[in-house]
Amino acid sequence: MPTQEKLGAPSATSDYFAVFSLPRKLSIDAPALEKQFYKLSRKLHPDLHAQASAEEQAEILAQSSQLNDAYRILKNPVSRVEYLLEVLGVRIDENNAAKKTDAPRVPADLLEEVFELNMQLEEMRANKKMGEDDPQLRADLEKAQTQFTSQLAAVDEDLHQTGKAWDSALDREDESAKAVIVKDLAALLDRRGYLRNLVRDVNEALAPTGLVNV
Amino acid sequence: MSEEQQNGAPPKRVVGIDLGTTNSLVAFMQGDAPVVIPGEDGSNLVPSVVAVPLVEAGRAARDSISVGNAARTSLLTSPERAIYSVKRLMGRGVEDVTEELKLFPFKLASDIQSGEVLRILLGGTEYTPPEISAYILRQLKRNAERYFGTPVTQAVITVPAYFNDAQRQATKDAGRMAGLEVLRLVNEPTAAALAYGLDRKKEGIVAVYDLGGGTFDISILKLHDGIFEVIATNGDTHLGGDDIDNLLMAVAIDDVQGDHGVDIRTSPETIQALRKAVIDAKITLSSADSAAIDIALPSGVRYQRTITREQYEQLVAPVIARTIEPCESALRDAGIKPEQIDEVVMVGGSTRIPKVRALVDELFELSPRGKKPHIELNPDEVVALGAAVQANILAGGSAATEDMLLLDVTPLSLGIEALGGVVAKIIQRNSTIPASATEHFTTGVDGQTNVAIHVLQGERELAKDCRSLARFDLKGIPPMTAGLPRIEVKFLIDANGLLHVTATEQRSGKAAEIEVKPTYGLTDEQVESMILESFDYAEQDFAERQLIEAKNDAQTILEAVAKAHEHSAWQQLTESEQAGIDAAQQHLTSLTVGSDIDAIRKGIEVLDKATTRFAEIMMDSAVTSAIGGQTMDEASEHLGKAPNAPHPFAPADYK
Repeated sequence: MPTQEKLGAPSATSDYFAVFSLPRKLSIDAPALEKQFYKLSRKLHPDLHAQASAEEQAEILAQSSQLNDAYRILKNPVSRVEYLLEVLGVRIDENNAAKKTDAPRVPADLLEEVFELNMQLEEMRANKKMGEDDPQLRADLEKAQTQFTSQLAAVDEDLHQTGKAWDSALDREDESAKAVIVKDLAALLDRRGYLRNLVRDVNEALAPTGLVNV
Repeated sequence: MSEEQQNGAPPKRVVGIDLGTTNSLVAFMQGDAPVVIPGEDGSNLVPSVVAVPLVEAGRAARDSISVGNAARTSLLTSPERAIYSVKRLMGRGVEDVTEELKLFPFKLASDIQSGEVLRILLGGTEYTPPEISAYILRQLKRNAERYFGTPVTQAVITVPAYFNDAQRQATKDAGRMAGLEVLRLVNEPTAAALAYGLDRKKEGIVAVYDLGGGTFDISILKLHDGIFEVIATNGDTHLGGDDIDNLLMAVAIDDVQGDHGVDIRTSPETIQALRKAVIDAKITLSSADSAAIDIALPSGVRYQRTITREQYEQLVAPVIARTIEPCESALRDAGIKPEQIDEVVMVGGSTRIPKVRALVDELFELSPRGKKPHIELNPDEVVALGAAVQANILAGGSAATEDMLLLDVTPLSLGIEALGGVVAKIIQRNSTIPASATEHFTTGVDGQTNVAIHVLQGERELAKDCRSLARFDLKGIPPMTAGLPRIEVKFLIDANGLLHVTATEQRSGKAAEIEVKPTYGLTDEQVESMILESFDYAEQDFAERQLIEAKNDAQTILEAVAKAHEHSAWQQLTESEQAGIDAAQQHLTSLTVGSDIDAIRKGIEVLDKATTRFAEIMMDSAVTSAIGGQTMDEASEHLGKAPNAPHPFAPADYK
């Protein structure tokens, strides 16, 4: 049962990068991040403050949840980019969960393929319902599966490279480059979101039971 | 007793409790190792059975409620007054348990509405599941208090890792009703990992497979330098040994119907006798090739049947197979392949079943890698032992637990209902806890002053398929044009896996008022009213009990000393020694008419010291007489009666 409770004043407004004393760069050394996370956990985890006053415990709870949130977001290269854009004030609306369910825009170069794929998916689902199997259709979908999966991997690589460009622009304090890169990153995230949904739909359609653990 | 404790007063004990479906245990950290505290009957396991006396007026009866083995006897003689496996009902709604009710003899109040806390009818009174659990917890608390001789007020209680918010809150409520401050709810598989990981040398990836009486959990942990980081967990809160019992019973009931034309489902006594018989058979079949079921039917005719291991294994295979999917999901979520699992820990009584062990071996590819699952610690006790370790950490730690830290996760995704009944996930499952998420809400109509938020837990896409936790009503939003208010809502899951929600309207900076309507669960006021009455007097009761025990101990030693005068050893004492004993004896005798516990204890100690040499002489003469023809056993019997033998701990006298 959820309860309403005062969680105490939130600690100084610091972003997730600052929690780990990191600059706002997108290349992060994962083992070093983990090491730092363990180190900070040994200080901030509520288990180590169970005998403290209620006020102190509330403060610790706020700090340790922020630490865990920060680690969870930063250790994943994609959510790391999403978070960076959020703190920069970009895509703030898309980050509201209530709107996350909105379908992202179809990237222009994918329009034709997506249209084709959607038709095939419809057909596949209809076949499944009837308990029929069309080998040609299955083969087409498997081809699409391979294609979109590799496109998704390509986007991830683009994100990685653009991330590096961001880091170097940050070092150079090149504001105009940063502005351009931010837009690129936002576009890549959109494209990635779209492709990920496609891959999920194709996987679902091809799964033998029609049930896929999401 | 709290901060004002005097020097020399015993330290505050934090105990670890495993509140199980079938059995419950309480343990604590004794030096470097956790140990289980036995009950008055000497048994480590307290069966999670509660029996109430049959009376008209409800609350007066609650004093004579029995728990554990005593209640288990009632289960056979008067099943309508006893209840078991109540854990399955914790945090559940009436629509969740319809299936359950076909198999368990739970009788619910007839007027329970959907979304209400269950009320169980027992001996003419209604009890909520947390109240029943509170009786079990109170028994464990008493066992610990008897063992320590001091009050116990703080505990760590374990819950299945896959318990949702409502089930966790119900467990915490039960603790409060029993007079326990629940410092932490710890996930059972994680607790087991702590118990196994005490040596801190273990590194690597560990899977904990926990198949208990009523619940199944699988957790995958990364062990590193004393940090126990859970990476993924999964499970089924309605899967366990109970399901095997129910299956065997269903077969037997059919069998009886076929052979004898009798429907024994209408006879609760026969059902309970059968239940006991199938459980015994199940246990036998873990080691023998066949087991016999033999019970008396209401007509007096006996139902007799032999079940072979092969038949049994075939029958229970589907139940055991239900653990596969959660294991695969957990591995997938952890991003781990079976062959990357370094160790597998087995927890829960049901892991004694050879077929379960075989399945685990296969799932985690153990044999081919020359590995075996860990079964060194008693699977019934390992969770309680781990809870004791965690209790020690929370109490401030000791050399044994130094550097140990548990990082657990939330088992289920947290979401809010968005347009169209779709769930928007705001905290994903397997996020390390405490975890939080902030969301912004606004109004849809000009001048709107309320916003409703529906919070859910689960993995499905649609709100109707997830578990409803609560509806939050944000009130007192300043009237503005639609879309202008900006209400920031913070969702936080604490280290117990429990949700907390706070909200602020950012334009006015005002903390928004939240009205919580929990979907399943008790309000604070309800919990308050259910606190077991005895707790109101706990401190007083405890002092009285302490006094009685001190007086009993004084009596024991005084009687022994009184006899000392006739013992030959007495003559070997010097006069001043004799005078010292007499003085201490008289002093203690005078104290026993008073009620100063500390003075009585001190008096016992003084008399004990005064008689030390006497006891030594007596011991020497006992050995001498042993040589003179007495058996050693007789000799030690005499030793036991010596004044300085450990004072017999008189059983506490509970009302």
